[in-house]
Order: sequence, then C-alpha cells, then structure tokens
Amino acid sequence: MTELTSKTIAELRDGFRSGEFMAREIAEAFNAAVSAAKSLNAYTVETPDDALAAADAADKARGSGELGSLAGIPLGIKDLFATRGVDTTAGSRILAGFRPSYESTVTANLRKAGAGMLGKLNMDEFAMGSSNETSAYGPVISPWRRKGSNVALTPGGSSGGSAAAVAADIAPGVTGTDTGGSIRQPAAFTGICGIKPTYGRCSRWGVVAFASSLDQAGPMAKSVRDCAILLEAMAGFDPKDSTSLDLPMPRWEAGLSSDLRGKRVGIPREYRIDGVPAEINALWDRGIEWLRDAGAEPVEISLPHTKYALPTYYIIAPAEASSNLARYDGVRYGIRVDGSDGLNGMYSATRAEGFGAEVKRRIMIGTYVLSAGFYDAYFTKAQKVRALIKQDFRKAFEQCDVILTPTAPSAAFGIGETTDPLAMYLNDVFAVPASLAGLPAMSVPGGLDAQGLPLGLHLIGNELDEQTVLNAGLAIEERAGFTARPEKWW
Amino acid sequence: MSVTSQQVRHIAKLARIGMSDAEIEAMVPEINNILGWVEQLGEVDTDGIEPLATVVDQKMRLRDDVVDAGNIRDEVLANAPEAQHGFFAVPKVIE
Repeated sequence: MTELTSKTIAELRDGFRSGEFMAREIAEAFNAAVSAAKSLNAYTVETPDDALAAADAADKARGSGELGSLAGIPLGIKDLFATRGVDTTAGSRILAGFRPSYESTVTANLRKAGAGMLGKLNMDEFAMGSSNETSAYGPVISPWRRKGSNVALTPGGSSGGSAAAVAADIAPGVTGTDTGGSIRQPAAFTGICGIKPTYGRCSRWGVVAFASSLDQAGPMAKSVRDCAILLEAMAGFDPKDSTSLDLPMPRWEAGLSSDLRGKRVGIPREYRIDGVPAEINALWDRGIEWLRDAGAEPVEISLPHTKYALPTYYIIAPAEASSNLARYDGVRYGIRVDGSDGLNGMYSATRAEGFGAEVKRRIMIGTYVLSAGFYDAYFTKAQKVRALIKQDFRKAFEQCDVILTPTAPSAAFGIGETTDPLAMYLNDVFAVPASLAGLPAMSVPGGLDAQGLPLGLHLIGNELDEQTVLNAGLAIEERAGFTARPEKWW
Repeated sequence: MSVTSQQVRHIAKLARIGMSDAEIEAMVPEINNILGWVEQLGEVDTDGIEPLATVVDQKMRLRDDVVDAGNIRDEVLANAPEAQHGFFAVPKVIE
C-alpha cells in the first residue's frame, strides 16, 4: 500500500468512505509528516488537534449518509485566511499575535464540507513576492533540488508554503491566493496543480486584502481532480463580499472530461518572449500536441497588449495595497511601536518596524501613483490599459475556448539568487494578464527541465468557464504522465 | 518622471512609514527604476477608453437596512495592542 500521505484527495476520500482506512489514520499520518518537515519552513502554525477533531467527527459520521465532500481530509491553510482563534499574520511582523475571532468564508466552507486543518502555511509578506523570501518567518525551502546539488531553492510565491506542503506530502491539498500569479507560479515550481477561479467565485471575506480588484482564492493539490473537488467546496456566493458572484455553482468534478473534441486552444503569439529557456518553449509545443491529441484544434491568437500587463499590474496592485494596508496602524490589531511624536509618531514607528522591505516599497509606489498630480498619469492610465487587456481576451475568446501558455519563464531559482525587484516581478509575466482580466487560470505540471526541476503549463479560460480549464488540464495531466517526486532529504 | 529624495520623504510621510535618511536615499533609485519601467504605458493609445475598475460585470447589491451584527465589542477589542474602558486606546492627540 502506498503511504497515506502520498495519496490524492480523491484516493483518500474514496478509501475513507469504503472503510479501507479511518479518517483518524489520515490525520495522524499527515500530522506526523508535518511535524517531521520543519526544515522546509512551510508551516507557520501547526494545528494537529484541529485535524484530529475533524477526523474523529468524520469517522463518527461515516455511514450516516451525511458526509461532507471533504470528510476525513485534512488541509493546509495559507496564512492569509482568517482562522478563528489561530494566529493569522499574512507572513508579516505587523500582524504578530493576531488571532481572529472569526473565520474566513472560504475556510468556513471547507470546514462545512468536513475538512480539518493541519496548520497555517508560510507565504510572502501580504502575498507580495514570488519566492517566499519576503516572509517575516523566513523563506520556505522547496522540497525540490537540482540534480546533484543541495542548493536551497524557492518553492515560488506568494503561496510558497502551500506549494511546498503539497509537493512534500505534508498536506494533501491546500488553499492559496492569487493576485498576479501567486497560486500558479509556485504550483509550476513544485510540480503540482493549482487553479485561480474567475474573480468573484471565491469570497474574499476574511482573506487579508492585498489588491482587492485582483485577489482570488483557489486550491492547490496533486491532481486536476483534487483541484476540482477543493474548488467546489471553497467557492460560492457570499453576501459578505460585495464582489462575490451570485451564480449557480457548477459541479466541476462531475463535469471533468479530457475529451476536447470541438474545443479550440488559443496559442498567443505574444507569449513567445525573449530570454525564456528553450526547454520551456519546447514544453509549450508538447502541450499543444497533447491538447491536439485530446481532440482540440490549436489556433494562433493575438493578445496585443500582453507586454503592458506587468507594468499595469505594478501600478494597480501597489495602489490598492497602499490603501488596503493603511489599516495596519498599531491601533486595532498586531504590534504597536511607540514613536516620539504622539499618534503620528506611533503610526510611523509601528509601520516602519512592522512591514518588510518589499511591502514598504509597494506601499510607497502605491502612495505615489495615487498622490495628487500623479493619479491620472499613473493610476487612471493603468486602469485604461487594463480595459484594453480585458478587451484582448474578449476578442481572443471569440476564436478559441481556452488558451495555453507556459506558467512561468523559468524553473525554480535559488534562495537569494534574485535580488533585483524588477527581475523578481518578471516571474509573473505569463500569469498577470489573466489576473488583470479576472479570468480562471490553472497551472499543471508538464515535465522536468534538464536540472530535474518541474515546469508547468498554464491554461487560461473564458470568464466563468473553469470547467474547460480543468478539462484541458486533465487532458495534459493524462498525457504528460508527470510522476516525478522530490527525493526526500528533509 | 522621476522622484527626488525630498519627494520620497514626502511619500513616506503620506504613507506613515518612518524612514531614516539612509533608507530614503536607498529607496530613490528603487522607486525610479520601477517608475521608469512602468512609463512604457505611455506608448499605449488609450484615448476614449473607459478605465476598468471591476473585471466582472456585476451590479452593486443593497442589503436590507437592518442590524445584522453587533454586540461584539470585546471580540473587536481582543486583538488591540491597548484597550481601555471598552475603547481602543491611542497616544494623546489633543493637549
């Protein structure tokens, strides 16, 4: 029998339901794996009792016919989700010791479906980063290493703890959030699947805000099916989020089919950019062939404003962040540092000490582009270009049903290797356009590079069409035959 | 456009982030690099384009004007660095 911790959520669910093993055995196996993997620095808080309590409830309920879809499944939760009574710090010093008295809608939905919580997962501070190096807890170390090397690699970011946890078998599935690639890039770096649904599918209520017009929660797991199972439990209308979509919820798992006959796959010519390793473009070509083999027809499309997506993002996201992060003022939660100059001095001292360098940089940029005299030149301009990017996709989806690109322009890099902020931002060059357009997008593992590191393929769907994204993902998964696992060194 | 150290000091003040002179000086080139890079948006013709603020078309919902939460003062104050007499406490503002 394979170890419980290496099974998919679907396998765990089915094995638990058929009585092959108890939910408690699952929870105990993962609790033990979590506590033995501290060198990865993936978890900021471990909550083994929470996982066991949910498991015992599932064991008791088995056979009652009232089992939730995730009964018996313990999950890791990104530290951006408010969890009642459990430290929620968004990877920031400024929220040290914050224990919400409420539960985010997404995690409440997962609990309602029967899931337990293994712990909170490390992340870039306030989800600002692509390598997990901006976390106040220090970087997560990827379970993957280059062939014949023991250099510590990044699992990507910002959902780096989430990605590392799935890849290292210390969670069968996790929550992530994606503002400009934070689910998809780490999924690609660690050889797992991750999907960001259409903006508005998952409630943002109780998720620490970064850039509210972009933030979306989504699942990360070992397989496309597991992502469908988790997303079904996480998503749904929530009156507490004013941008939540009040629409019927598709049954994505039941709708899974890798038969893509009649579907057209758009291949955007603007995504062939300079400086991307040949291996990544070669994998992209293989991906096109896999989808053709599944019955889809590849069509060349154009997304003419692609090159402006990143600069647009780096105006809009910092602007929204500077506004959202104004709430961390040392008054209502988190740390307070007394300054020398009354209330204003306290604000400045608290924020100076509480925020890390990247968060400060983005607040500064955001404050600048929103300040008097610059607002129109930067922020309004960026919102107009965003409209054009959205329009590009609208036109493209008249010619195709799903778009295939690489997920990231490189494989995972070493901790400390990328120090220039602009070079770091380029990690999300393929991920950001879909974020700006609010579209569902997914990364699935496609293969390994010459150094033995995973590379991902990226699928972008039309608004509300997660199903086609998942189905194309499934077609790739079946054909890529990606079974590589990191060799256990931790 | 590029910023001077004086402007960066002003932005830091607006953002309420305490910074030493050395930190201000270090931030000037970083901000200028990023601003220089985003300036390429100037190439895009956006005449007559409506700025996009929300990506998925939806109407703003109104809820019934009734109290649906409240009486959780102690919960709200539980995470405050300093709470007194049922209020958030802050350094003295008015002499």
